[in-house]
Amino acid sequence: MAVATTAAPAAAADEKELLISGSEAVAEGLALADIDVVTGYPIRPYDTVIQAIAKKISGGQLVAEYIVAEGEHSQFEIVKHASTVGARVFCGSSGVGWAYAMECLVVTPPLRVPMVCLVGNRALDDPGAFGVEHNDALFVRDLGWMLCWIDTSQEAIDTTLIAYRVAEDRRVLLPLAISADGAFLTHSQALTLVPPKSKVDRFLPRYDRGDLLLHPDNPITVAPQANEDWVIEIRRQNDEAMKRAVGVIEEAYADFRKVFGRGPENPWFEEYMTDDADVILVGMGTISLPMKVGIRNMRAQGKKVGLVRLRWFRPFPTEKLVAVLSKAKAIGVVDRDYSFGSPFHAGVVATEIRAALYNADRRPPLLAFVCGLGGREVTLEDVSKATDLCYAAANSGKADARTLWLGVRE
Amino acid sequence: MSALICEVVYRGIFQKNLAARIARGIVLSARKSGRWGIAFGRYGDSPQRNGIPAKDFAIVADTKEELEQNMARYEPKHTDVTIVLDDTLSKGVESWAWYGLQPINRLTVPDGTVLMTSLQPFESLLRDIHKKDAPYHLSLLRAKASFSGLWVHKEDHTEARILGALAKIAPAFLTLDAVAQAIQEIEWGSDLKVASARKAFERLETRRVAMTEGNAEIPYSFEMPKWWEMREGITIPAIPIGKPKEGGQGYVPERNPYFKKFTTRTMRPVIDFDTCVKCNLCWISCPDSCFDVMPDATFDANMEACCGCGVCEAVCPVEHCITMVNESAFEDNASQWEMWRQDKAAYKTWLTAKIGDKATTARSHGFRFRGQYDEELTRDLDRGGVEIVAGIPGENAQHKTV
Repeated sequence: MAVATTAAPAAAADEKELLISGSEAVAEGLALADIDVVTGYPIRPYDTVIQAIAKKISGGQLVAEYIVAEGEHSQFEIVKHASTVGARVFCGSSGVGWAYAMECLVVTPPLRVPMVCLVGNRALDDPGAFGVEHNDALFVRDLGWMLCWIDTSQEAIDTTLIAYRVAEDRRVLLPLAISADGAFLTHSQALTLVPPKSKVDRFLPRYDRGDLLLHPDNPITVAPQANEDWVIEIRRQNDEAMKRAVGVIEEAYADFRKVFGRGPENPWFEEYMTDDADVILVGMGTISLPMKVGIRNMRAQGKKVGLVRLRWFRPFPTEKLVAVLSKAKAIGVVDRDYSFGSPFHAGVVATEIRAALYNADRRPPLLAFVCGLGGREVTLEDVSKATDLCYAAANSGKADARTLWLGVRE
Repeated sequence: MSALICEVVYRGIFQKNLAARIARGIVLSARKSGRWGIAFGRYGDSPQRNGIPAKDFAIVADTKEELEQNMARYEPKHTDVTIVLDDTLSKGVESWAWYGLQPINRLTVPDGTVLMTSLQPFESLLRDIHKKDAPYHLSLLRAKASFSGLWVHKEDHTEARILGALAKIAPAFLTLDAVAQAIQEIEWGSDLKVASARKAFERLETRRVAMTEGNAEIPYSFEMPKWWEMREGITIPAIPIGKPKEGGQGYVPERNPYFKKFTTRTMRPVIDFDTCVKCNLCWISCPDSCFDVMPDATFDANMEACCGCGVCEAVCPVEHCITMVNESAFEDNASQWEMWRQDKAAYKTWLTAKIGDKATTARSHGFRFRGQYDEELTRDLDRGGVEIVAGIPGENAQHKTV
């Protein structure tokens, strides 16, 4: 079915290197993916992507409908509808802006709308601060949204392309939110390779909803009122789509490597020096930077420490993660989020990993840390302290179940 | 040295685009010799407010690993070069992010460089710049602060000139040829800007600053409370109401002791207490309640609270009673009213000199009339700049505030 968009002009034959932020890199990816409809409503730090898209459209590098909504609720409604008529759409928000869109976020997965969003992770109000916390994106963790966290500008552009490929796959058709840490990624400019359109065309097919397309040639009703006789079946369909997403994600990354000649072998998480590690630290997003530097320093002192940086949180890579983590002598999960009143008052990632490990043959002691909330610096000392506590647990074979807060003034 | 860390200290919003261009230019210049780099703004400064001191950073390193080593913190704790885009920042930097008052050279490493655009002599700047416990270099590019109005970028080649000067300061990381090449390729570059960079390289004035030199003032600082010390519910006590100035006369409000805002100021009001008609328009209009009511019912602008917006000058009904004067003409935050009370004749002489100096009463940002920018460019040429015309070469200059 034709979509009212002309293709963006072809880029140069070779990859070009640009000095761009994570948000600008997403915008580069959107231009290459030739999106059709984008809605915006400003909130820091996600708004940097909307500025970058506006520049692309005004510069003629992207032809798309750019709609400034009157609030996040409408912002997400508009693209949801556009997607059902066959438009490739982009949207996004941060913090409480994302929360304001919650009703639309809830209805998007059951309608099987493959919306791709950027969540510029931001602490929830109050206080009205702008620094990173992951609780905003985690709002939708149970609802059928695919969730991933990126770490660099390069990963931003690559993941944007992969996101459309996965979300729009007919086996999946679920919304996907890419999370980028506010400030550290959304506002830092790094050298980034931008692939040519010709390669992207080989990787990313056109968006095709098939029999789900809302069009006069295909008369359908989307979202009729249904009573309780239908609900659990609809949920089961969503469950199946999320399960199928696992294979689709693996396919997409494998193809990405074939076409672009880069990208990770393991889509789900990055492993850094885990092969011989006694202690494995786990985190999501840009927290990997102080962790990697800290690990290099500690390795120089003879401490065998490694890092698992989770890319995908939904679907959660349970078996693969368990296989890596259960080899360690101790695990330290550093959450840049909180879940007040949860088991052991831990963060969300630590709680999920504890659950994932429950049936594992070997369950190493797991320590839960909360660190870097509101964009607080995660220092090398924080990383070192967490590691030392993990080593103590490895030696005693028993972890303190209490969650430790690092870097808080006390 | 295998990494070069630069901070760009600038006036929020007015110089935001300028600072971003410089930080990017540093990375792109260093890239010409195969180095890696990153450019970023200090997030704690956002959302920026007019004139509030803000920072961008640029880090370049020989390898990706060294770059990571230097990036693995919220922001650099030390800088090889501190680039200052407005010489009134010499008095110190109090950012939006509650850091207390930081000397401009605080992060500069021993033997590092403070690179500043200024028309002031070294000695006059060193009366403002705080003493440092290590020697460093002060390098001056002869230019006044590149300012424009809100969001408007002023095309006076400051970014190219800073990059040219940096090639002189850190040739191991940025050669002049690499800078020239980067400027040519960059989105805002041009041959004319390359010429500006080369001239800046030649004309840079540098002087070593000894530990004994500088402003001896101890900058104010404070301790952040611990989590259990803070009142619950994100609640803070109100600032108490004020007191009479003296003898039950006048009124001095209490003010926040932790956040003073005066380093936001590029111009300050100078008040003629003899011609004041006590109409209290300045007092009522000041958005920061910075006016103290004196026992004689005149109004003294408290220089620790004034952020220099100029509303008082605009509303004052008496000609030359309140005049905004560039901050560089002052060395302290002392009370003008007290000076006037002690010696009225001496105050009149002081006041006449301050408000009569055309160079310091020119607006520090924005333009008062159409064509002012073109006039300023001509004057800048006399000060050793290069010949340029208003607007972006090759782009539509009509969109600029000219």
